[in-house]
Amino acid sequence: MSNFAIEVKGLRKSFGSQIVLDGIDLAVPAGTVFALLGPNGAGKTTLIHILSTLTAPDQGSVRVAGYDVVTEKNEVKRSISLTGQFAAVDEMLTAEENLRMICRLSGLTSAESGARTAELLKQFGLSSAMGKRVKTYSGGMRRRLDLAISLAASRPVLFLDEPTTGLDTISRRSLWDIILQLKEQGITIFLTTQYLEEADQLADTISVIADGHVVATGTAEELKSRVGGEVIELRNEKEEVIRMISTNGSIHDVRQTLNELAHTVPQEARVSIRKPSMDDVFLALTTKNLEGTRS
Amino acid sequence: MTTTHSMAKPASFVVTNAVFIGRSIRLSLRNTEALIMAIMLPILLMLLFTYVFGGALDPTGNYVDYVVPGIILLCAGFGSSQTAVDVAQDMTSGIIDRFRTMPIRSLSVVTGHVVASLVRNLIATGVVIGVALLVGFRPSAGVVEWLGAVGTITLFILTFTWLFAAIGLVAGSPSAAAGYGFVLLFLPYLSNAFVSTDTMPKWLQGVANHQPITPVIETIRGLLTGTPVHDRAWWAIGWCLLILLVSLVWSLWSFRRKAGRR
Ligand SMILES: Nc1ncnc2c1ncn2[C@@H]1O[C@H](COP(=O)(O)OP(=O)(O)OP(=O)(O)O)[C@@H](O)[C@H]1O
Ligand SMILES: [Mg+2]
Repeated sequence: MSNFAIEVKGLRKSFGSQIVLDGIDLAVPAGTVFALLGPNGAGKTTLIHILSTLTAPDQGSVRVAGYDVVTEKNEVKRSISLTGQFAAVDEMLTAEENLRMICRLSGLTSAESGARTAELLKQFGLSSAMGKRVKTYSGGMRRRLDLAISLAASRPVLFLDEPTTGLDTISRRSLWDIILQLKEQGITIFLTTQYLEEADQLADTISVIADGHVVATGTAEELKSRVGGEVIELRNEKEEVIRMISTNGSIHDVRQTLNELAHTVPQEARVSIRKPSMDDVFLALTTKNLEGTRS
Repeated sequence: MTTTHSMAKPASFVVTNAVFIGRSIRLSLRNTEALIMAIMLPILLMLLFTYVFGGALDPTGNYVDYVVPGIILLCAGFGSSQTAVDVAQDMTSGIIDRFRTMPIRSLSVVTGHVVASLVRNLIATGVVIGVALLVGFRPSAGVVEWLGAVGTITLFILTFTWLFAAIGLVAGSPSAAAGYGFVLLFLPYLSNAFVSTDTMPKWLQGVANHQPITPVIETIRGLLTGTPVHDRAWWAIGWCLLILLVSLVWSLWSFRRKAGRR
């Protein structure tokens, strides 16, 4: 097994005439956290489905934990665990029954399943609701159960498709801690997210996909520096951002930018200069919102 | 956390099936409406056919002996049609994706529903026979005939459950599955389950005498009440095995196709 937990080369996937993935290359080193960003419909879920053997690729080579997702499906399945974008729980069962079922199916004995179930219920704050049927759960509780279920058996590669969507701040932080603990244990985590701060906080490597291609890969810092040194932000009196322009931060550049803007923005607009955030990176890479990078 | 993350040994075939059977039985018990229907329907039908139609259909008062096999099949057909809904429910909810990413034979989800249906419907059959005995059913069967009858009924339930499972697999949604399943429930009426086929129009007799339900009814009736069985048993078994085989192949095929589609 190479030291890449996930290796994707030249991956293509279309649905009918719609090309979703148009030549994706990725390599995720074992034991790291990888975040995949991209606008809605970019193909993040499709990519996760291909990596987790749910969808067959059209073209390209895809290896997970050293196994090919097409020819070695069973080995891949034994090496992975997935929390999909939409809850995959049994509504008619209780949280406890759901967890026990998946533990048993994962090869744990009855006693091990009981212990693991109790442990996970506690870890995900579901102990008090464990005897209620899942259909009575709130969205966030369902999500937490879904995540707990994915951890029933410890597998070397974990896929999380928008794991923190719908979670409150406390649950989100606690999931971040859990993800970092899993990484400590050497587990590779591949996640997608719409919360760029999340990618910033957790990921060793971030890739952004748009229009079927990987448009950028790197650490959060690397990606931010790509956007340019600093960002000039203009806000109106309602504190809404009306313009964002990247700058190298020198007096010369800032003055020139402001002079140019003087004609097009209201004079009451307020100016601030800040370091670029992941949001800026995302916008720059996936839209034309951030104007010309001069540096 | 204590577990290691080397490639885990998957759950054995026996454990996988036991887990899914347990799940389906639990779901059956929690689906209160369907459960009440499954118990009430046999009672209501038994009373309806004996006291409301019975007198008109057979003034001698022996109609109950004639109609018991028909009601058993009607209830078993109705009970197994729930399988189509259960299977469609699982196939269209996220849970199937979870099972598919696990190193198990995920078709066992369906097998679980089939076994639960078998259990449910054998209980419903017991209710039919119980009520029948209360309203005057006097079977002449000995132990061997009873075993034969129960065997035939079991085969019938298994066959129709797999047929409904296949319908559930191809249906786009649970309500579509219920709709398709409904059509099949008319089959028992187009047989000699409730009235002799002699009074039907000629073309309908052709259908009624040659459809799979008729030999099954005649076999059960013969075994329980001593009317002649002749070769009907072979026809009954043949029909069931044929439909069972087709349903199994159909189920497997559509399960694979659905698995590959997304
Ligand atoms: N089974 C399918 N059949 C047809 N088209 C599909 C199918 N699955 C996905 N698509 C299409 O592929 C594209 C990518 O979808 P995907 O769900 O992978 O996006 P995503 O990046 O996960 O988006 P989001 O951020 O909204 O979750 C979409 O345009 C979607 O309509
Ligand atoms: Mg998605």
